[in-house]
Amino acid sequence: MADRIILQVTRYRPEDEAQPTFREYEVPCPKEWVVLDGLNYVKDHLDGTLSHRWSCRMGICGSCGMTVNGEPKLTCATFLSDYAPGPVRVEPLANFPIIRDLVVEIGDFMQKLAHVKPWIIRQEEKPLSEGEYQQTPEELDAYKQYSMCINCMLCYAACPVYGLDPKFLGPAAIALAQRYNLDSRDQGEKERMELLSQHEGIWGCTFVGDCTKACPKNVDPAGAIQRYKLKAALAWLKDIFVPRGAK
Amino acid sequence: MNEQPKYTDFHPRWFRRRMSTYWWLKRWSYVMFILRELSSVFIAWSIVFLLLLTRAVSQGQEGYEQFLAWSKNPVVVGLNVISLLFVGFHAVTWFNLAPKAMVVRLRGRRVPALWIAGSNYAAWALVSALVAWLILGG
Repeated sequence: MADRIILQVTRYRPEDEAQPTFREYEVPCPKEWVVLDGLNYVKDHLDGTLSHRWSCRMGICGSCGMTVNGEPKLTCATFLSDYAPGPVRVEPLANFPIIRDLVVEIGDFMQKLAHVKPWIIRQEEKPLSEGEYQQTPEELDAYKQYSMCINCMLCYAACPVYGLDPKFLGPAAIALAQRYNLDSRDQGEKERMELLSQHEGIWGCTFVGDCTKACPKNVDPAGAIQRYKLKAALAWLKDIFVPRGAK
Repeated sequence: MNEQPKYTDFHPRWFRRRMSTYWWLKRWSYVMFILRELSSVFIAWSIVFLLLLTRAVSQGQEGYEQFLAWSKNPVVVGLNVISLLFVGFHAVTWFNLAPKAMVVRLRGRRVPALWIAGSNYAAWALVSALVAWLILGG
């Protein structure tokens, strides 16, 4: 195996350039190195002006999502040697505005997350003296998959609907809403349904399915959205056909 | 989210990439998605064709014969063959979606996706066989 590999990295310095360009860097390629190691090598040894986000290096923080050879990836979990002999093209996450080099603006996503009320909503809190809200393993299983989301936004980068219409609430936010809806302690499903069963919510999704393929945590946001659609459609039917008194 | 995202209002230097008109050619899954969307046109055509057939039948022997003659037109035959392919594709993608939307639990365990999709395919095959028997054998 080659012991070095070429990284083609997006550079965008808004004070000097009207649009992004690519710059090539040659980095070592030991078999245990991931793309993020390559970028850190560039930053530390070749070009200190490169900007990129990262934190935990272990697929937990969700900061280092970038486009690697056209695919949205966590760069801390994408091995350089898998792309040998190279070159490897590293670009910022698609569908987000670029602030600088590999750093994208994520304010829109953060707003959307908060918009779906991702916390446990209770109509009435029980008194502390009654203790915790307990759950069985089955009740935990019902939402656990959706709780694994690390907000890395790879699903937004994979979603052409979000790329075409930034008003779309997007995969992770809807999956997160579903995580709370399916939680046995939560009573906020109706509130969230009003926010989500809109055109920019679940109905914006056309089930391309690439969000699920891109997800590094197997959250399956596409599945969450389709479940939600079925639920919304059934609720609508119930509204029409079930007499008011019987609901 | 009804309002336009505000995040770039005061940041003209943020670089906003435009999606190319041909974005859907970049990935196989995007091409499949566009074909599936396009299939709705052929589904609509199949329904129109069925309605025309029903109308022809209601017009008696002569109307029906005329309809049959028109249906033999190579253009109509070609359109129907393409429609059949698209309707089949549409049905397959729909049945594959079913296990995503339906989460069924039996004795505390989630029923595997293959079973849900499989039962849909089995029902499809059964109904198709029934229709074929009615038309060809019955």
